[in-house]
Amino acid sequence: MVEESGKNNMLTKRIIPCLDMTEGKVVKGIQFVSFRDAGDPVKLAEIYDKQDADELVFLDITATVENRNILLDIVKKTARKVTIPFSVGGGIRTVEDMRLILKNGADKVSLNTGAFKNPNLIRDCANQFGNQCVVLSMDVKKIKNSWNVFINGGRTDTGIDAISWAKKAVSLGAGEILLTSIDRDGTKKGFDTSLTRLISANVTVPVIASGGAGRLEDFLNVLTEGQADAALAASLFHFKELTIKDVKDYLFKKKIPIRLV
Amino acid sequence: MIGIIDYDIGNVGSVANALRKLDVSFIVSRDSNVLDKADALILPGVGSANGGMENLYKLKLTEFIKNEILNGKPIIGICLGMQILFDSSEEGNTKCLGILKGKVKKFKKEKKIPQIGWNQVIIQQYNNVAMKQFNNKFFYFVNSYYCIPEDKSIVVGSTKYGEEFTSIIQYKNIFATQFHPEKSGQIGLQFLRNIINKWTEDTSEVAQRDSSDGGGIGKK
Repeated sequence: MVEESGKNNMLTKRIIPCLDMTEGKVVKGIQFVSFRDAGDPVKLAEIYDKQDADELVFLDITATVENRNILLDIVKKTARKVTIPFSVGGGIRTVEDMRLILKNGADKVSLNTGAFKNPNLIRDCANQFGNQCVVLSMDVKKIKNSWNVFINGGRTDTGIDAISWAKKAVSLGAGEILLTSIDRDGTKKGFDTSLTRLISANVTVPVIASGGAGRLEDFLNVLTEGQADAALAASLFHFKELTIKDVKDYLFKKKIPIRLV
Repeated sequence: MIGIIDYDIGNVGSVANALRKLDVSFIVSRDSNVLDKADALILPGVGSANGGMENLYKLKLTEFIKNEILNGKPIIGICLGMQILFDSSEEGNTKCLGILKGKVKKFKKEKKIPQIGWNQVIIQQYNNVAMKQFNNKFFYFVNSYYCIPEDKSIVVGSTKYGEEFTSIIQYKNIFATQFHPEKSGQIGLQFLRNIINKWTEDTSEVAQRDSSDGGGIGKK
């Protein structure tokens, strides 16, 4: 359901490109775009900024201690270039990790495995920097009839139910949830709208849907039926199969509240 | 030169980056002797009202900020930096700077809280800052609380999130926004440029503690 169709004077749904990085390079096939610019997250971020993305997400998918400095350098350079908010995630274990990332110019930090292993990290980070800074990133996969939370980059099944973890994280201070469907990630079969709706209906904070974007209709579905507040995609935008403008123009025509510049 | 007040509450770096993009000279400081030399101040802030006030007290900046405003220095409040200019906030039942009369309240529960994302500003009055061009433009908001000024004449812009709330105020040498112009794309930069280049130079009125024009400052 569209809560109030129309274009005027309401909070708009966000379209968010995601840059998955390893060793300071954007992965997911971005190398195919152009050799010179390939894999440079700062340049990609600038391009998305100019295309009126509503926000940017950086995820350091290997997140080893050794490449933390590369990440910080990228965060700093990106912050100097872009004019829109961006969040950074990957390997954050302590309040100090988060402080460093924010200090280098990120607006939000997403916590995943670190928060699962030590839920108080959410509370400590929220107390320190405010709820709006703390994004709970959760990777979820359907196991028989339940939705389980996976950690360690989607490799480890925690056996914990996604709804209860989402609720707990919000009660501890997470201000937003970045929800990725492992089943749909990279498949282009569409977002998992049932999972997204389930989580969105059970928490009081905004939910960003991730995993599976392939067609324009997928965005419409997850923002209406899925009750998502924002939709995230990676390879779709990196490969230029769809531009951010394509998605936004389409949604606008479908009467979804969208920011057109 | 603009002085950005650094009180350990979030987005100081984002504001600095925005001023860099605008080629405006600035200093970031928590030292009143340094900030004193600035032509105008920016009070940024994300996070909680209680945390923000606590830090301002710790850094001994509350009286400094009040005095600077009463002495006529232009100040720009952003987000939490707008909220703490008022008397009090529901967030942690916090007594704020009390420079402007009014309260800060939480959004009603039927909406997702915090409000995160781009929302439109409805300009309520076209004053000396050429605000007209920003009517219905989108700005980036991140807030769970909003200001309710006692004096409605200071409301320059409002925004709807379930209820309609005040998103821009101006009262003499005080200008403040609930949204983050420093994170609102090109339009946000243009907005900041307008305030910094035009308003801080043009404003000659000074907020008075005992103003008799119904303004907002302080307690009578």
